[in-house]
Amino acid sequence: MSAASRLAHVRDFECQDVEQVPPGQRDEALEAGNRPLALLGYLLVGIGLGVVFVQSEVASWFRIQEMFRFHSFHMYGIIGSAVAVAAIGIRVIQSKGLRTIHGEEIRIVPRDEDGTGLRGRRYWIGGTLFGVGWALLGACPGPIFTLIGSGVTVMLAGLVSAMAGTWAYAALQRHLPH
Amino acid sequence: MLEPLTAPLPWYVAGPLIGLVVPLLLLLGGKTFGVSSNLRHLCAAVPVPERWKPRYLRYEWRRTGGWNLVFVLGMAAGGFVAVRLFGMPDAGGHISDATRADLVELGLQQPAGIVPPELFGWDALVTPGGPLLIVVGGFLVGFGARYAGGCTSGHAISGLATFQRASLATVLGFFIGGLVVTFGVLPVVLRLVLR
Repeated sequence: MSAASRLAHVRDFECQDVEQVPPGQRDEALEAGNRPLALLGYLLVGIGLGVVFVQSEVASWFRIQEMFRFHSFHMYGIIGSAVAVAAIGIRVIQSKGLRTIHGEEIRIVPRDEDGTGLRGRRYWIGGTLFGVGWALLGACPGPIFTLIGSGVTVMLAGLVSAMAGTWAYAALQRHLPH
Repeated sequence: MLEPLTAPLPWYVAGPLIGLVVPLLLLLGGKTFGVSSNLRHLCAAVPVPERWKPRYLRYEWRRTGGWNLVFVLGMAAGGFVAVRLFGMPDAGGHISDATRADLVELGLQQPAGIVPPELFGWDALVTPGGPLLIVVGGFLVGFGARYAGGCTSGHAISGLATFQRASLATVLGFFIGGLVVTFGVLPVVLRLVLR
């Protein structure tokens, strides 16, 4: 892929949530699922996920340390079985042609719009930098929010720092290899 | 308060429950499970003049990210609810003996609670090493997640569940970075915080 078309892709990142959606269908995808009943659904699913994050100790710095030291199957079992259940869920939705609760079409499209896959430099570099941060902070973005709610308020400083990192990426995006 | 749990929710219960979030979000509104997008939405929502923001942060964040912000608001509320109902879990007491021995050797007196308070309390922020964990760590979580286009939820769960090579590369990157820090950087940083 030429540098110019790569830059065009970078410019095209209107929003992460829909960057995988073909440009012509983005407007429709943005409107989908923003109705009150669906919003209540996201809130309830989020509450359930937060409870599971605390009760399974996924949100714990100690569990992250245990994972990176390969001392327990706990975290690997959680991530592995989560991926398996998610994959089965997606397969069922696709094979039955299910629609959303409001009748909208469900699209599952690749994350790497530019098709670079394993060769995409952004995935290796960004992933490694994220891993460094994950091991230092002991929390990935989801648990940051859950920990704040559970009373580990210093994670507010972690959240503001993560926003600063996001802003830095936004400012540097055009100069970084993707 | 209900009976406090003496053991963590086992992986074969927690993992499938987390995995169910993916089809649930799809069925509710065709949404993809990915938490780190919210870091971008929060930056886009910062009330400063639009021209101060890089183009990446100029979009209709309410319309694109409103659902996801509601979702993470739920995740924070879930943390609150879990602690009110079941008490703070004692992950430090539940981890394997090998990990506990390693952490004690690194200077943690008595591993207990969900996070070690001597590392992740406001007091730690004013030690020489504390900002390395919280501020530098947080910064790289935000920078790396947006650079790679997803975090543990977006790539490791949503991406791997759809067999995407980009997500495999990202997750391998997570472990390269995490292992370097765990074995190369943390021993030094913890000494700076705990001394």
